[in-house]
Amino acid sequence: MRSQQAAWAGSPTGASGYRGGRRAILALAWALVWIGLVIPGVAPAASGSAKADAGPWNPELEEHVREIASGLRCVVCQNLSVADSPSDLAKEMRNLVRELVQQGKSREEIQAYFVSRYGEFVLLSPPKRGFNLLVWGLPFVAILAGAWGVYLVARRWTLRREEAEPAVDPVYAERVRRDLQEREGPVGS
Amino acid sequence: MISTLGGFVLFFALGVTLYAVAASVMGARAGREDWLASARNAVLAHFCLVTLAIFLLEYALITSDFSIRYVANTSTRGSLTRYKIAGLWGSLEGSILLWEWLQALFAALVVARYSDRHRHLMPYVQAVLQGISAFFLLLMTFGANPFAPLFPIPPDGRGLNPLLEVTDMLIHPLLLYLGYVGFSVPFAFAMAALITGRVSEEWLTITRRWTVVAWLFLTGGIFYGGWWSYRTLGWGGYWAWDPVENASFMPWLTGTAFIHSVMIQERKRMLKVWNLVLITLTFSLVIFGTFLTRSGILGSVHAFADGPVGVMFLAFLALVLFFSFGLVAYRADRLKGHGELDSIVSRESAFLLNNVVLVGICFTVFLGTIFPLLAEAIRGTKMSVGTPYFNRVSVPLGMALLLLMGIGPLIAWGRASLNNLKRNFLKPSLAALAGGAILAALGVRQAEVLAAFVFCFFVIGTIVFEFTVGTRTRAKTTGERFLTAFATLLLKSRRRYGGLIVHLGVVVAIIGIAVSSVYKVEREQTLKPGETLSVGPYAVRFDGLAAGERPTHILVWANLMAFKDGKPLHELTPGQRFYPNQQSPFASVDARYHWNEDLYVILSAFERDGSSATFKVLINPMISWIWIGGGVILLGVIVVVLPERRLALLAIRAKAQVA
Amino acid sequence: MSWKKALIPLASVPLIILLAYGFRTDPKAIPSPLVRQPAPGFRMAVYDAGELSLETLKGKPVVLNFWASWCYPACYEEAPLLESTWRKYEAQGLMVVGVDIQDKEANAREFMRRFDFTFPNGPDPGSKISIDYGVYGVPETFFIDRQGRITHKHVGALTPALMEAQVQAILKGN
Repeated sequence: MRSQQAAWAGSPTGASGYRGGRRAILALAWALVWIGLVIPGVAPAASGSAKADAGPWNPELEEHVREIASGLRCVVCQNLSVADSPSDLAKEMRNLVRELVQQGKSREEIQAYFVSRYGEFVLLSPPKRGFNLLVWGLPFVAILAGAWGVYLVARRWTLRREEAEPAVDPVYAERVRRDLQEREGPVGS
Repeated sequence: MISTLGGFVLFFALGVTLYAVAASVMGARAGREDWLASARNAVLAHFCLVTLAIFLLEYALITSDFSIRYVANTSTRGSLTRYKIAGLWGSLEGSILLWEWLQALFAALVVARYSDRHRHLMPYVQAVLQGISAFFLLLMTFGANPFAPLFPIPPDGRGLNPLLEVTDMLIHPLLLYLGYVGFSVPFAFAMAALITGRVSEEWLTITRRWTVVAWLFLTGGIFYGGWWSYRTLGWGGYWAWDPVENASFMPWLTGTAFIHSVMIQERKRMLKVWNLVLITLTFSLVIFGTFLTRSGILGSVHAFADGPVGVMFLAFLALVLFFSFGLVAYRADRLKGHGELDSIVSRESAFLLNNVVLVGICFTVFLGTIFPLLAEAIRGTKMSVGTPYFNRVSVPLGMALLLLMGIGPLIAWGRASLNNLKRNFLKPSLAALAGGAILAALGVRQAEVLAAFVFCFFVIGTIVFEFTVGTRTRAKTTGERFLTAFATLLLKSRRRYGGLIVHLGVVVAIIGIAVSSVYKVEREQTLKPGETLSVGPYAVRFDGLAAGERPTHILVWANLMAFKDGKPLHELTPGQRFYPNQQSPFASVDARYHWNEDLYVILSAFERDGSSATFKVLINPMISWIWIGGGVILLGVIVVVLPERRLALLAIRAKAQVA
Repeated sequence: MSWKKALIPLASVPLIILLAYGFRTDPKAIPSPLVRQPAPGFRMAVYDAGELSLETLKGKPVVLNFWASWCYPACYEEAPLLESTWRKYEAQGLMVVGVDIQDKEANAREFMRRFDFTFPNGPDPGSKISIDYGVYGVPETFFIDRQGRITHKHVGALTPALMEAQVQAILKGN
């Protein structure tokens, strides 16, 4: 499902119900494919669907296209980027990105174009401004706060221990001895 | 017939479960041993009833009894028997029944194992576990009845989603569910500890092994899911930060934090509240994740149909949160820890930091997952939070975790002296830096990859260091030979060394993730028969298209010959599967899997007359290391949890063979 | 239990509320930023009828429909409605334009024959027009007023009531 065009409206998966004539449809589909493959020229060769590149292979260009496309959401898939999706629309979008790059458009311009057409929804990574700063900032704030908290707690515990009793608790000493034993074999044997 | 019977069995099971809850609680409060015995019997009876329900549904599935809606939805007459069986967890209602069955199984195991021990805790453990079961049974009775009838009876069923008709389908969900259900056992013990006020280390020690096993299943489920996705979904990746993946990752993170922090409580009797919070969070996140995927509030790959189920899950989530955190608050007085530390530079601190980072990553994933919802509620705009965000934020956090993974196990408990630090970390650090320098000299320029490698080398260095020092010391003191000393060391402190092996597995997987994501190469091109596409050292020649009928679909595939450095390497046949009930074709990926590099080919489009076809070819370097790492983790956990006696026996046998 | 302690479990209330709010949203409904914006211009080779560009339709209200022959059943459901609307309002200056997405020409022609389409339809090579209109599924329909502004976007099969209301709206404005 992830890779498929699950979101095309009116997707027939649910609508067609229970297939009494499943065999028939299978046979039909089978015939279609088979006729096309065995008897070349019968099936129309014209195809609107995407063909990949025609020009010479340019690794730097492709890398750049891939980088931009991987930040765009494939709108007919679930959680896949335009770069990764095998769907036709994603292929067309990759081609469009390539064209725009070749026209000299920057990454930001291309993103802005897609946002103007599909809304912010199309960006897989929320732009870092306004409300979105929360999603970018909070994780680091939370971790720093957590680390600070650990420091405070650890310091309080250290102080408490120093106040309490400098002498070594016998139970704890036994534990330490056992730890050492666990790590380095029998002690003093 | 089965429909009525199945519905009745579930309803009856619900009654028995509720009885078990009541009898346990009342028996414990009144001190009536006979009531408690009756409650234990009810737990076992409940398990038998749910088992019967499973058998009924499986029988209906195998015999294609389409008078049951669920059967018609998840299988066809033509389905292979193993997929008919797997239909049990192919859709919402059945997966809840399976979950409930595992829940019942675990409850029965717990009761059977501890019936004569932990007399104060057990009644409440039973009550909590049966309470969870009661929720699932309620769900099936009122929201998602797997035995719901269908009329008129269709001549054939609709069948599973084709993506699920793979062997992995038999394994991956089971592993995940075992992990999810497994965490309910430590959760139930934790709740029982809070209810009874016996909040000492008792519940931790009892559930230690349960927790590790649950963690293993969850880890296995996640790794297996990635592997499955990589081989069958046909986009060349294994993890997409999809809500359902995040749903399994979040409890994994808190569960991992829990496994580490319980060690401090066992040793130092500190962090009582923290551990209770962690296990509660873990269980809540399991329910939260299931809610996300079952309610359809977030568009997700695995989203099941909605209906009353989402609301019921949300209500249950609220109940779990209120109940458990309410109990923590209620017992706050008894939970006042007597935390004491010798020094801030100690293993305790390293573990605390590790917990902060793990929970921080979990928070990040949580935030990213629900942020679109938050943004819609507050700003009113639809937005996406996807892979680039999660990678960007979690990579630095993952690095920090990696570093702590090297420090934690070797730094001394209590107070780490300068001497201890120097002795344990000098060599690994130097080795890591040297390794990094070598990689830089070899031409690795990406700062992130270099840093990841230096940290990985550091962790591997500490692990190797620890093993050699330990073995050498043992060999010296006991006079054993090096290998024997190594083996006994491993067996004698299995938790420690098993844990280190798990760490090693994690590092191996991280290396695979880092290298495969940074050095992945891909190329897409349309070829005519006889033409060749080249990527890196590889070339792929297109030799033509073919088609054939399969039991459930039509397969169109391309015959390809792969070459490496001009030499023939492997035949590849990527294809597309056409299902009669599905509009768009499904990719059927082919790849040459190799330990250091996968050549992965997708047939993305073709002309029906066979005159040309478009291929996407990917080189995924070291991606196998992720799966190898998963295997090493499994090995490590086995070392940790295998029963002592079994191991002792093995050791004796090994010795006998050597002698 | 003091009220401070009660805050601990109550902290989860906002989360529950947020999740409950989730039931009221539809993850599949993505509002288009193009609504109330000028419709992006395009040129299209119409099947059997030369070329059509949005420019030349200035001053006319337009119903712009994206469809495909493989889009079953939604496109098949709304196709007769498109044709009948066109016949009914053509005299009042309404234009109905169909853009056929990712289709095979033969299948598309068969689809048009089947529903007896008389309004202009054309293919969208490279999905350029579709992407320019932010289309993510078929069928989708844009209603464009006389000033060339998009007044409404509908996703999924059109219903007669919706069609009537939206067409009246774009016919009125001038």
